[in-house]
Amino acid sequence: MNALLAIVRRDLLIALRRKSEVLTALFFFIIVVSLFPLGIGPDAKLLKKIAPGVIWVAALLSTMLSLNRLFATDHADGTLEQMTLSPTPLGLLVTGKIVAHWLTSGLPLVLLAPVLGIQFDLDLSALGVLAGALLLGTPLLSLIGAIGAALTLGVRGGGVLVSLLVLPLYVPALIFGAGAVEAHVSGLDPQGHLSLLAALLALAAFFAPWATTAALRVALE
Amino acid sequence: MHGFMLSVSGLSCVRGERRLFSDLSFELGAGEWLHVQGENGAGKTTLLRALVGLSAPAEGEIRWRGQPIRDLAEDYGRDMLYLGHYGAVKEELTPLENLRFSAELDGRTLDDAEAIAVLHRFGLKGREELPVRFLSAGQKRRVLLSRLATRQSPLWILDEPFTALDVKAVDMLSGMIGAHLAGGGMAILTSHQTMPLPGGRAIKL
Amino acid sequence: MNNRIINWFKFASPQSFYPLTGRMIPWFWALAAAFGAAGLWISFFVAPTDAVQGEGYRIIFIHVPASWMSMFIYVVMAGWAGLGLALNTRLSGMMAQALAPTGALMAFISLWTGAFWGKPMWGTWWVWDARLTSELILFFLYIGFIALQAAIDDPRRADKAGAILALVGVVNVPIIYFSVKWWNTLHQGASVSLMKSPSMAQTMLWGMLVMALAFWMYSIAVALMRVRAIILEREAYTEWVRDLPEVKE
Repeated sequence: MNALLAIVRRDLLIALRRKSEVLTALFFFIIVVSLFPLGIGPDAKLLKKIAPGVIWVAALLSTMLSLNRLFATDHADGTLEQMTLSPTPLGLLVTGKIVAHWLTSGLPLVLLAPVLGIQFDLDLSALGVLAGALLLGTPLLSLIGAIGAALTLGVRGGGVLVSLLVLPLYVPALIFGAGAVEAHVSGLDPQGHLSLLAALLALAAFFAPWATTAALRVALE
Repeated sequence: MHGFMLSVSGLSCVRGERRLFSDLSFELGAGEWLHVQGENGAGKTTLLRALVGLSAPAEGEIRWRGQPIRDLAEDYGRDMLYLGHYGAVKEELTPLENLRFSAELDGRTLDDAEAIAVLHRFGLKGREELPVRFLSAGQKRRVLLSRLATRQSPLWILDEPFTALDVKAVDMLSGMIGAHLAGGGMAILTSHQTMPLPGGRAIKL
Repeated sequence: MNNRIINWFKFASPQSFYPLTGRMIPWFWALAAAFGAAGLWISFFVAPTDAVQGEGYRIIFIHVPASWMSMFIYVVMAGWAGLGLALNTRLSGMMAQALAPTGALMAFISLWTGAFWGKPMWGTWWVWDARLTSELILFFLYIGFIALQAAIDDPRRADKAGAILALVGVVNVPIIYFSVKWWNTLHQGASVSLMKSPSMAQTMLWGMLVMALAFWMYSIAVALMRVRAIILEREAYTEWVRDLPEVKE
């Protein structure tokens, strides 16, 4: 357990010293969200309707961008190798890295999204549901994304390849996450969507570190 | 003294389609060390990586304390310290932070005073609080080597440990390895240098 | 019983599998042709004209079997990949690699025939119903698998990485299908369902089953041909490959 916290602290410290990486992904999120009205037109009613989908897709893409940060530097400088050989189970260390990744790329989205939602004229309660859905969804994105990042470690065309592998797997999160907000806006109860999202998160929290660890060992052979 | 034993039998490794070496066997007991020699590309690093369990050999078995290392997983990690070609330090962190985090991953907490003492021993006085990327290659190497002092592992597997070190540091490291062996530890090294340590055997690939 | 177990592992080596497939392939092509002919005959001449959709509906005899095969092949591919991961056998990984393009092709055919069906019926080339959308995502999963294996140079690593991806995918396919279905029923705009025909005549079902068998035989034949090529490529440096008549020339 100590080791897990140590890894989280370590990665957070490194992220703090390389703020540009974290901030770039966040600005990407903001820019992408802003592109949609520019592409579609300023019709307020239409924008309000597409807002949940747009914000969620932007969140997916922003998470994708930040995935290469997860293992690539550790792989390049040899610290990943050392983690594989440490007395602490690799699965635990991987979980720690994913937690740190979420704290630096997912949690900011949860906090930022409601602010952007205001641009789309979503009301306060809808923004609350949006934040809640993202709170459940972004860890899910980090967990699934970690598998993709581990599989493509050191591989040619890694960045785009990760997107190809991971985006299809992100579809359920997108559907339930955006669906929750849309349901709420239509006057329905988002409970169903959010519960399914929570269930997926629980499933991924159990399986994803395991798959990621296997993929990392394959990558380090 | 404690009966720690590394035993390797019938080991062979391939890289791509080339068989690097086959039917390699040896045993290592307390106080013994192995010098792996060979030209560049002969397979020294591959052998070491197989010995630590990073890659599976094509054939053969590696046992630590009688059990295959594959089955030991983290327990083997506790008893073994591998320092390879990579710098294996985080450039954004200071030597102090690097050492303390490595210790925590190894399962022990190191307080500031202890860590600073170790770093001084490795000639990093005055550099403890500087992010590693500002250090010279030799200093970076010494940050990595400082783990030898904090990790209590009987088996050291070191790939070219003397790279980028000046004469003083080489002497210090040889002294450390000697003390480690005298205390019942074991070591496997690759190095182009001759090492004035007793109880050694050589393997040429 | 003992005999069969021994035989199984004998063919687990590329060296013995290669000549075995050589003998098997023509049979599978023959079966594919036979089933295909029967299936086409049923679909064109036996199945009745649909009251609502006229003659154009007959494309489901390609569309539905292709969909079934695309999902079936993915599971089989994941099975082979998982086997390779668990037993560390080279051949299993090669089989998975051989199946992927055929599976992708089935998904592709399913998508296009779905479009060709939709256009005369509902005036649009594409309709976001649950099954077509899931099929599209399955197609992306296939492409991802192929792309990952293509990007990794070391064949052993490519096998293992692909295996992990395929296993993650196979777990996700039901989840994705379920979520897309949920998404579709909630956004029930135009309730177009390509499979909602008031009565699925018995003959239509038979026609689809026979065509499915044809596709299955075809897939096996093509996958075996492909795995032979993969074996030759990967084992090129071994003696038995160099001694093969087709390699010697």
